[in-house]
Amino acid sequence: MRDVAIIGIGMTDFGELWNDSLRDLFVKAALDAMDDAGVDHIDGLVAGCMSPGLFAGQEHIGSLLADYLGQAPIPGVRVESACASGGMALRTGIAYVASGMHDVVLCGGVEKMTDVSGAQATYALATAADQDAEAFHGATFPGLYALMATAHMHKYGTRREDLAQVAVKNHDNGMLNPHAQYRMKITVDQVINSVKVADPLNILDCSPITDGAAAVIICPLEMAKKLKKKPIVKITGSAHATDTIALHQRADMTWLKSTADAAAQAYKQAGVKPSQIDFAEVHDCFTIAEICVLEALGVVKKGQGGKATREGLTARDGKFPVNPSGGLKSKGHPVGATGIAQIHEIVTQLRGDAGKRQLKGVKRGLAQNMGGSGGSAVVHILEVL
Amino acid sequence: MLTPAIVRRNTPQRYRMEAAKCAKCGKVFFPPRLICDACKSRTFKPYTLPQEGTVVSHTVIRTAPRGFGDEAPYCMGIVELTDGTRILCQIADCEPERLEIGLKVAIEFRKIQEAGESGVIAYGYKAVPER
Repeated sequence: MRDVAIIGIGMTDFGELWNDSLRDLFVKAALDAMDDAGVDHIDGLVAGCMSPGLFAGQEHIGSLLADYLGQAPIPGVRVESACASGGMALRTGIAYVASGMHDVVLCGGVEKMTDVSGAQATYALATAADQDAEAFHGATFPGLYALMATAHMHKYGTRREDLAQVAVKNHDNGMLNPHAQYRMKITVDQVINSVKVADPLNILDCSPITDGAAAVIICPLEMAKKLKKKPIVKITGSAHATDTIALHQRADMTWLKSTADAAAQAYKQAGVKPSQIDFAEVHDCFTIAEICVLEALGVVKKGQGGKATREGLTARDGKFPVNPSGGLKSKGHPVGATGIAQIHEIVTQLRGDAGKRQLKGVKRGLAQNMGGSGGSAVVHILEVL
Repeated sequence: MLTPAIVRRNTPQRYRMEAAKCAKCGKVFFPPRLICDACKSRTFKPYTLPQEGTVVSHTVIRTAPRGFGDEAPYCMGIVELTDGTRILCQIADCEPERLEIGLKVAIEFRKIQEAGESGVIAYGYKAVPER
């Protein structure tokens, strides 16, 4: 297996982009990444997208995107793992490059969510839940994460304010990210008093509906060394794990087993312990998710995610900064693009290009991207050489 | 998605809570599966779930999905039945203030969705607090 490096990154602004179609969003991010890498040709394309069919009435987007990027007849494919589709696109591309099948591969993610009504978008997102055992009964995604939150608060004494602090912290970071959808400061009181969605989660505990795309260019590490254009970012860990997608069928509804399983593999591949990771971009689709992810990644012990957040561990100036980009909460969550946008932020930070939100002295970052209520998880570890 | 074909196919689970018990290791699956994830056996015995349980987590859905708009807000929970099997369902006839972990509930046959896209009325189970 060949080592793999990231040589180019690109993304669109995240937001309600009414003038941009799904294909235009993807191509903008892809061209941005190709320009950054300094390549005018790619050998393959992998696009992460959760539901182009339900959000945009379009399937068969692997070919569509390769064509509109001016790269046909290269192989182009869409991969799907609900909200972890972006992370899956990178992992799939890595398999192409590591195996020697292709050399220069574009791994992108895109979701065009505002062409449909809020109710239709909610329906499309809910298809990531178990249709027979969850959605049939009227469960929503905020509802499933709310069940996790209620259980976590009961079992570990996690406070309502701890959940809110995740959103407050991520907005503080997102304010400094020019690509972010919601660049405004919020307070714990505002989160707790915002409109109720699924108790105990309110609207400011939830990531928004967003249009956007992101892309990265990967190639064999040896080829990247010859280009020597920008600091080389090596992918040292890439892991994926699945779990039962119905929350109630898991042994412990507060434990994100798929994330723990993927992280364990990624740490082993990279030869590192959680304490050797400098910062992370994680899947804060709802505030409780970030708290549970901290525990599943082994950053804190089981049940300590809320307390650690309260004490500032994950703030930009904390010992283990989490979501310096603003996370899904502030930056926005165009579902299929999210996993690649996380990689975009980690590479930006490792290159020292993050401007006002730049973290000091970071060499190694982790990305955790999750599907549904944790039925799938993808973890990547990146290091700057 | 709710179509007549789906409603008909799921009737044993939704109307009668028919589960499957692994003939080898005894693990209960609801809805039934074709292979046991614990011992990999493919032989199951028919098994009907008990009709009482305890709420192990809960929420109040205030923003409802398509088909449930008229009902919001409504209570939902994960219920651990007396045999240890967990199910997700609505908790009916229950004020949100009454929701708590440990609440004893009974399972009742109720209307779930007023009418699906194809006009079918879907029935199933909901939990109600023990009186």
